[in-house]
Amino acid sequence: MRNVNDILDLTTDEIDDLIETACDIIENPKKYSEVCHGKKLATLFFEPSTRTRLSFEAAMYELGGNVLSVSSAASSSASKGESVADTAKTVSCYADIIAMRHPKEGAPYVASLNASIPVINAGDGGHNHPTQTLADLLTIYREKGTFDNLTIGFCGDLKFGRTVHSLINAMSRYKNVRIILISPEELKVPSYVRNDVLEKNHMEYVETKDLLKAMPELDILYMTRVQQERFFNEEDYLRLKDSYILDPPKLANAKKDLCIMHPFPRVNEISVAIDDDPRACYFKQILNGKYMRMALILKLLKEAGTI
Amino acid sequence: MNIDSIQNGVVIDHISAGSGMKLYELLGLDKLDCSVAIIKNASSHKKGKKDIIKIDTEFPLNLDIVGYVDPEATVNIIKDGKLVEKRELSIPEKLVNVIKCKNPRCITSTEQELDHVFRLVDKEEKIYRCIYCEARAR
Repeated sequence: MRNVNDILDLTTDEIDDLIETACDIIENPKKYSEVCHGKKLATLFFEPSTRTRLSFEAAMYELGGNVLSVSSAASSSASKGESVADTAKTVSCYADIIAMRHPKEGAPYVASLNASIPVINAGDGGHNHPTQTLADLLTIYREKGTFDNLTIGFCGDLKFGRTVHSLINAMSRYKNVRIILISPEELKVPSYVRNDVLEKNHMEYVETKDLLKAMPELDILYMTRVQQERFFNEEDYLRLKDSYILDPPKLANAKKDLCIMHPFPRVNEISVAIDDDPRACYFKQILNGKYMRMALILKLLKEAGTI
Repeated sequence: MNIDSIQNGVVIDHISAGSGMKLYELLGLDKLDCSVAIIKNASSHKKGKKDIIKIDTEFPLNLDIVGYVDPEATVNIIKDGKLVEKRELSIPEKLVNVIKCKNPRCITSTEQELDHVFRLVDKEEKIYRCIYCEARAR
């Protein structure tokens, strides 16, 4: 059974195909409006989410399918101590495909080992979030027309920011990509990203605390939220949460075609004054996420022989 | 120092000095009822110093554990006081329930029945990562 736990579970050719499908969906939505008729997506969200869950559900509805939903751990048997493996086996009896978010890292992988239907990781702790990365890649493709020769600045919480780890992983497969990692000391990327992705793939990267200095070089600025739910210690969160706030004066030296992205939700790290700037791409990114999830659901259901 | 020869059992020789106790713990040798000898810092032509473990019973030795701790160690099987077999070691590609994931966010921290599985991601540096959360083995 084909599952997507990590963005690297998809080859670059498969990502190209997903982008092509997503672009076709954008151009010809009617062509896809009944392709999943009679099929069910189970969204198992054991951690709060607005965008990802609604995006998956909207994606399935726009494909003509239906949705079964668990929207919190408290409303499921997980609250009674049911294992992820048993949940996956149970839901396999009802649905055709699963999208799972879980606070524990590796939980969707455990689900994929036990389910008899495809499982998509919709975010596991601070680890991976491959469908956000698909949204990010479609955004980069639609804004820049290429994945090669780009300088990408990641700013904020690079330690727990799973979207950052997934996107760096994805971009490691393209040519001449330069990464600038902008974060406070305590929120630098984990060693497995630095050693196993950046250095192993000989990617050019810089670590800095200075957003303003990095700004003129950037083709893409990927802002992130300092995530309260990843901290065991409230004091550390309060100390770090306002480390980087993007406002119009900080964009003074930015490129005219800079693409500002954010996986959302934001708290205050991007001033709302930037929302009307044509360089702000984060709402487009949210919409792109739905199209890429539609493309991915289609791909996995086709490969499973369900449609 | 004199240690009795064993009749039926296992001698793990040429263990890098200092790794003997780790191997003793990971193999669970404390649970055995037979004679077990740990010789630390014995002189070695090959390594200068080495550790040796002698286990005086036939014992289902997990070679993955020995290969993980020290792939250059040698494993000798003794029967009736004679060396009958030398087992080859290599760095195992996968470790199952040998070490535990220490990442508190890993699914293995809450689901007790899950095997703790680590995969070798860098043979030269001997780096293992948890298959669930990718945390590095420590």
